[in-house]
Amino acid sequence: MNKADWPLWEIFIRSKSGLAHKHVGSLHAADSKMAIENARDVYTRRMEGVSLWVVKSSDITASSPDEKEILFDPANDKVYRHPTFYEIPPEIGHM
Amino acid sequence: MTNDQLFEYTVRLADNALILGQRLSEWCGHGPVLEEDIALTNTALDQLGQATNLFKFAAELEGKGRDEDQLAFLRDVTEYKNILLVELPNGDYANTIARQFFYSTYYYLFLRELSKSKHEFLSAFAEKSLKEVKYHWQHSSDWVKRMGDGTEESHTRIQKAINFLWEYTGEMFMMDAIDQAALEAGYGVDNTALKNEWNNIISAILNEATLEMPADGWFHKGGKIGRHSEHMGFILAEMQFLQKTYPGAKW
Repeated sequence: MNKADWPLWEIFIRSKSGLAHKHVGSLHAADSKMAIENARDVYTRRMEGVSLWVVKSSDITASSPDEKEILFDPANDKVYRHPTFYEIPPEIGHM
Repeated sequence: MTNDQLFEYTVRLADNALILGQRLSEWCGHGPVLEEDIALTNTALDQLGQATNLFKFAAELEGKGRDEDQLAFLRDVTEYKNILLVELPNGDYANTIARQFFYSTYYYLFLRELSKSKHEFLSAFAEKSLKEVKYHWQHSSDWVKRMGDGTEESHTRIQKAINFLWEYTGEMFMMDAIDQAALEAGYGVDNTALKNEWNNIISAILNEATLEMPADGWFHKGGKIGRHSEHMGFILAEMQFLQKTYPGAKW
């Protein structure tokens, strides 16, 4: 069996306390079941999680670094998108 | 059941775990792929952890001041009571997987019954180990299917391993005076009663893997009473080297 033939999988783990699955790394496996088993063995040896997701790396579409400016820079000067921009009337108290 | 018999019964369990763990750990750093290397090493560590617990309990039973390390590392070859199957050399990956598959299937059924034991320690031990062993079974049976249903080469190799190891599976289901005493005390498991279910599980997986199930015939035995294959001395030589050269060494 040649490992070069096995696709790459991205591994996501939901920890006990966390609500969302977090990306932890990647590994090779022949199919999704093997990817789950391998992820269990490689990434959850120290009780890191209670749930696993595996996604074929080739199925992920990533934003291009070249588009960084048009995608993210425009948000730079829009402070009103942060809740801290707004003054809270004193009668509301602490939120 | 006498204290000596219970000691013997426990040591057999412990030795199966210890020697299989030792064998599997030989793959550490040599696995066919990184992920499998880690998977098999995890299995080895599960076995060694189980062995530690069993030896601790056996040492208490014996009450001669030996601890779990002395039991694991400082006995002579005929005092080890593991079955022959677990001491066989790893061979290729197919052979290691087939051995693990045969053993984990048996061990899972065995522990399921042992969890109903009237003996507090044994039932707690079985309960705790079941989860680990169920995973070992899943991992090894998945690989049997992948290899059987894989390429011509993987199919040939796993079939060869299954045929070769078959003669060593009979010892798992044999009962002797100690097994019988444990069974009568309500502590132990009736190994003979596990054979049918074991056959059914093995047959279903082999069928799915497009592999042939060998017919029962003559079976090797002897490990349980300390009569081992020529491989056992070599395992012990490697395993015991450190403790014998540097007695009491810790790290």
